[in-house]
Amino acid sequence: MNPDEARSAIARALARIAPEADLGGLDPRADLRESLDLDSMDFLNFVVGLHAETGIEVPESDYPELATFAGCIAYLTAGARPGA
Amino acid sequence: MPSLGADMETGTLIEWRVAPGDSVRRGDIVALVDTDKAEIEVEIFCDGVIEALLVEPGRKVPVGTLLARLREPAAEPAQPAVPLANVAVAAPVAESLAPPPRSAPPRPPPPSTPPQPLDPTRPGVRASPLARRLAADLGIDLATLTGTGDGGAIIREDVERAAGGRTPAPGATPTPLIASPISSPPTGGSDRSAGMRRAIAAAMSRSKREIPHYYLATRVDLTAALHWLGAENARRPVTERMLPAALLLRAVALALREAPELNGHWIDGEFRPSEAIHIGVAIALRQGGLIAPALHDVDRKPLPQLMDELRDLVARARAGSLRSSELSDATITLTNLGELGVETVFGVIYPPQVAIVGFGRVREEPWAAQGMLGVRPVVGLTLAADHRASDGHRGARFLAAIDRQLQSPETL
Repeated sequence: MNPDEARSAIARALARIAPEADLGGLDPRADLRESLDLDSMDFLNFVVGLHAETGIEVPESDYPELATFAGCIAYLTAGARPGA
Repeated sequence: MPSLGADMETGTLIEWRVAPGDSVRRGDIVALVDTDKAEIEVEIFCDGVIEALLVEPGRKVPVGTLLARLREPAAEPAQPAVPLANVAVAAPVAESLAPPPRSAPPRPPPPSTPPQPLDPTRPGVRASPLARRLAADLGIDLATLTGTGDGGAIIREDVERAAGGRTPAPGATPTPLIASPISSPPTGGSDRSAGMRRAIAAAMSRSKREIPHYYLATRVDLTAALHWLGAENARRPVTERMLPAALLLRAVALALREAPELNGHWIDGEFRPSEAIHIGVAIALRQGGLIAPALHDVDRKPLPQLMDELRDLVARARAGSLRSSELSDATITLTNLGELGVETVFGVIYPPQVAIVGFGRVREEPWAAQGMLGVRPVVGLTLAADHRASDGHRGARFLAAIDRQLQSPETL
């Protein structure tokens, strides 16, 4: 997956959880949970959304790598493992 | 008009889902009502046949107003009425949908009372909640639209079409990623925000005025619970993963079985314990404000089912589509402000309940146990309870029981 595809997939997954958010104005290195006010249910739904968009199933132990928008792009483009 | 929570004074009937002559069964959804907080599907409290609908869609009426008349099934109108007291306890809806008293002449609908001004966005037209909200935000009169949804109901697309260029159509703008078709904009506008603020103010003021709160706090080691949950989730596909919140709910429910003084309602100067354990879950809404709908029978449901229902409840609370029973029958509330990083939350009891349990943030702390010092994930656990119904000793035993439940997560 290339960075543009990853960016689109992440934005679609986030828009479903935080429809009011201005993703264009988001600092890619800011903590997603803080800047978008996501709780643990939102974050779980985000991970489910990423799976739906990309087929990539992120294990819980990798959640810290999804902390920022930039981190999400890096994770999805790093030849990630397809979903089980 | 049922009371859908202690903070509700009036409700607007949006639409009837039944017509006179329809047979209904307990739990059927008969109407859609808008409160200051959300649009609520109103469930009927017992089986019967709808005799008459007494309030027009679009009208705003006080709680307690008779909405409709119901005849008991297989019973002639001359049969004794159902025992009202029982029904009233089981479901506040009873007050408003009460069957006619024996041999009472049918009361005419009360059109003589001056009707509240109709909300221009809520005439008696069929429309989805999302379409109504969008129309209200855009200042569009729903009555001027033609619906293309099921049965001619007005759906979001109809409102957007009427709005012309005023609202971005999904996929038609340079930033289509933001306008995902699944996302619903639950921006109720400043009116709803102000209404919700007033509703919360009224309920919380009443709580602090009437309820003698006592407060207890302790800290709980979550090593066992989180270890078990991590192993469980590693085995599960992402769509079936569970959150610690589900474990906390189960632990509270099972501990409540040992603390009946904390589960129920304070009504008319006395405590009425509840057999059922319905836990109100405080959910922050993205547009601001708070709502605490109930998860039903938490003590009787296995963890995966509870997680599914919690996920569904949060989603519906945020989309503004809750059911009347969820807003009126919680027997205790659980608030979890730990997500915001606070260590401890002391809740304000939601009347007529008599207790609220609070969980703070889970964080690693130095923890002494069996003469050893280690680092453990620890959560702040609190109880605010009504001193009229229980005392600190019982409250302390209840918190200890929650702790005990969390130390053996495999049994939750």
